[in-house]
Amino acid sequence: MPSYVAKPTPPNQDKRWKLVDATIRRQGGQARGLIETLHTVQEAFGYLDAQALRYVAMSLRVPLSRAYGVATFYHFFTLKPAGEHTCVVCMGTACYIKGAPQLLDAVQRDLGIAPGETTADKKVSLLTARCLGSCGLAPAVVYDQEVAGKVGIPAIREHLKKWTSA
Amino acid sequence: MTTEELDQIAETERAEQGKYTQRVNVCVAAGCLSCQSQSVKDALDKEVASRGTKDHCQVKGVGCMGLCSEGPLVSTSAGVLYKKVEAGDGPAILDSLSGEPVKRLVCPTDVPFFQRQKKIVLENSGVVDPERIEDYVSLNGYTALMKVLTEMSPREVIDEVTKSGLRGRGGAGYPTGLKWSTVSKSVGTQKYVICNADEGDPGAFMDRSVLESDPHRVLEGMLIAGYAVGASEAYIYVRAEYPLAIKRLRTAIRQAERVGLLGANICGTRFSFSIDLRLGAGAFVCGEETALIASVEGKRGMPRPRPPYPAMEGLFGKPTLINNVETYANIAPIIRNGGDWYAGIGTEKSKGTKVFALAGRVENTGLVEVPMGISLREMVFEIGGGIPEGRKFKAVQTGGPSGGCLPTDCLDMPVDYESLAKAGSIMGSGGMIVMDESSCMVDVAKYFMDFCMTESCGKCIPCRVGTYQMHRILTAVGNMTATDQDLKLLQELCDLLKHTSLCGLGQSAPNPVVSTLRSFAEEYRAHIEEHRCPAGVCGQPAQGETA
Repeated sequence: MPSYVAKPTPPNQDKRWKLVDATIRRQGGQARGLIETLHTVQEAFGYLDAQALRYVAMSLRVPLSRAYGVATFYHFFTLKPAGEHTCVVCMGTACYIKGAPQLLDAVQRDLGIAPGETTADKKVSLLTARCLGSCGLAPAVVYDQEVAGKVGIPAIREHLKKWTSA
Repeated sequence: MTTEELDQIAETERAEQGKYTQRVNVCVAAGCLSCQSQSVKDALDKEVASRGTKDHCQVKGVGCMGLCSEGPLVSTSAGVLYKKVEAGDGPAILDSLSGEPVKRLVCPTDVPFFQRQKKIVLENSGVVDPERIEDYVSLNGYTALMKVLTEMSPREVIDEVTKSGLRGRGGAGYPTGLKWSTVSKSVGTQKYVICNADEGDPGAFMDRSVLESDPHRVLEGMLIAGYAVGASEAYIYVRAEYPLAIKRLRTAIRQAERVGLLGANICGTRFSFSIDLRLGAGAFVCGEETALIASVEGKRGMPRPRPPYPAMEGLFGKPTLINNVETYANIAPIIRNGGDWYAGIGTEKSKGTKVFALAGRVENTGLVEVPMGISLREMVFEIGGGIPEGRKFKAVQTGGPSGGCLPTDCLDMPVDYESLAKAGSIMGSGGMIVMDESSCMVDVAKYFMDFCMTESCGKCIPCRVGTYQMHRILTAVGNMTATDQDLKLLQELCDLLKHTSLCGLGQSAPNPVVSTLRSFAEEYRAHIEEHRCPAGVCGQPAQGETA
C-alpha cells in the first residue's frame, strides 16, 4: 500500500479507540489482523456498529464489504448492542438431551423475545450458545458471564425476575 | 535455558513443595468453577492463614479431576477425594488432613470411573497448577523438549512419533508421524505450526479441559513439532467461548518466554520458536483445516478444495502443520518414554489412549481417558455408572454433528477408529453423549441437521441447499406430515451430500441421519405411518420447534 494513504483518525474522542489502535499496531496494520481487531472492538464497545467497522476497514486497508462479511460470518460478533444483562442458554447436545429446549421455551414466553433479541426496556438479552463445554453440568446457562449448571425452569425464572424487577 | 537450568528450576520447585507436609488441591477448571470452587479455595486459603499453618499446609488450585458432575472437587495429601464441597466445609477438610476423612463429602475413588482410566494426556490434570510453569517443570515438564533439542535430530523425532502409531485426535485419525514427515519434506524456509483448539462439536470439552488444566503440555508438544518439521512460528487457534483457556494459555506463553523456552535460540541451539494466539469467533466450519487457515489469515472461515494440502500450501501459502490439542498433548510423553511404549497401548490400528467427554443421560458425567479398544458397554455402564432413574439405554452418540448414534447392539464393539467408522459413526474429537428412551431419534437427527444447516459456510451448493432440504424433511417427519416419498428423498440426499460436498462438514452432515435410519428405522416409520412419536418428544411444542 502506498504510504501516502494516511491512517484514519478515530471516529470520536472515546478513549477505547486507543485499545483498538493498539491491536491494529500489534498486527502491523495488516489485513490479516481483521478478526483480532474486531474482537478488540467488541470487547471494548460491546458490539460492532457501522462506524467501528468503517474505521477498522480503513485502518487495515480492507474493503468495508470484507469487514462486514467477516463480522456477519462469525456468530461471536454482534452488530447490535446487548441489553443490561445477558442470559445465554446452551443448546449443545448434552444440554439439549437434558431439557435445554424447555428452558429456552420458558424464558422466551416469560420475556416475550426470541433468541438474539433484547427486551424492549433493554434490560435482558436472550442468546443461545452452540456448546459451552460445560456438558458435565447440563443443562447450562450463562448469566452475565457466570456459568450455572444443572439449571431448572424455576431457577432460571427466579434469576430473570431479579433482573427484570430491578 | 539449558538442561542444567531446567533441572535447577525443577529442583528448587521440588524443594519448595517438599516444605509442605499437607496439601489440599482444589479444582479450578471451568466445570468446578461454575459450581463456585473459587470460593471454596478462598475459604480454605483464609482458614489456613487464620490457623497459622501456612508454612506446612498448601492450598493449590489445580486442573480438572474428571468427575465434573460432582464438583467442586477437592483432593488432599491424605489421599482422599471430596465432592460437592462448599465454602463452609473448609475447616472440616483441614481437620481431616491429620485425622479421619470427612465422611459426608468423601467421593469413593475405588470405583470403575477412576480405576478403569489410563491417564497419559491427563496425567498432570488435577495435580499441576496450570498457572505456574515451575510446577509443570517439577513434574518432568519440558524434559522431552530438552531431550529433543540436545540429543535428537528432527528425523529421529519424526521416526519416534511414527513408531508410536499416534493418530490425529481431532477426528479423522490421520497418522501424525506421516503428517509431520510430509511437512518436514516440503520445500520452503518459512513453515508454520498450528494448534487446532477450535473445539466446535457440541458435547465435547476435552480440549478445553486440557488447555485449562495443563497448558504447558500443549506448548511443549508444539515446540517439539516445530523442531521436527522446521517451523519457527506457531499459532493456537482457540475458541473465543473459552475465556479461561485463553487466559491460562496467555499466562503459559508469557512464562515460557520469560524462562527462555520460547523465543530465539532455545537451549543455546539454532532453534527459535514463537507461539501466538488467534481467537476463533464461533464458526463450526473453522475446525476444518483449510477454513481454519483462512480464519487465522483474518478472512471468513471458508474451506477450499484440497490438494494442495496445508502440508504443502497452508498458512500464507507456506507449508503448515495442523494438529489438534490432544495430539500435541500426547507428544511429550511419547518422546520421554519412547514410541514403543505408546504403541504398546491400545489396539492394532488405534494406539494409545483417548480422552472422552462423557455426558448426557449417565450417572457419572465428566472427562475420562481410556485405552483405545475399550468396549462401549464398559464406557457407559462401568465408567459412566449406567443410566440414571432406572431408565433404559437407547443409544450413544459419538463424533458430534459428523458422527452417528450407536444402538444397543453396538455396545460390545471396541472403541477405536475403524470399529466406529464401520458402525456408521466416527471417533470425532471425543464427545460421547448417552441417550435413554426419553430421546426421540428423529428429533436428535433433526437437532444435528439444524446444527449443520446453520453452520454451513455456504460455499458449496450440496451442503448449503442439501442440509436445508434434509432439515425440512426431518421437521416434516417430526410434525407427522412426512410421506414415504420424503423418506426416499432423504436417503438420496444423504448419498448426495456425502459424495459431492467440498469439505468434511457437508460430507459428514448426513451421518446422524444415516445412522438413525439404519438402527432406528422403526421410529421413523412410527412417525410417518402411525403419526406418533414413540418417545413422546415430537409434536409437543415445548421441545424441538424452539430449538
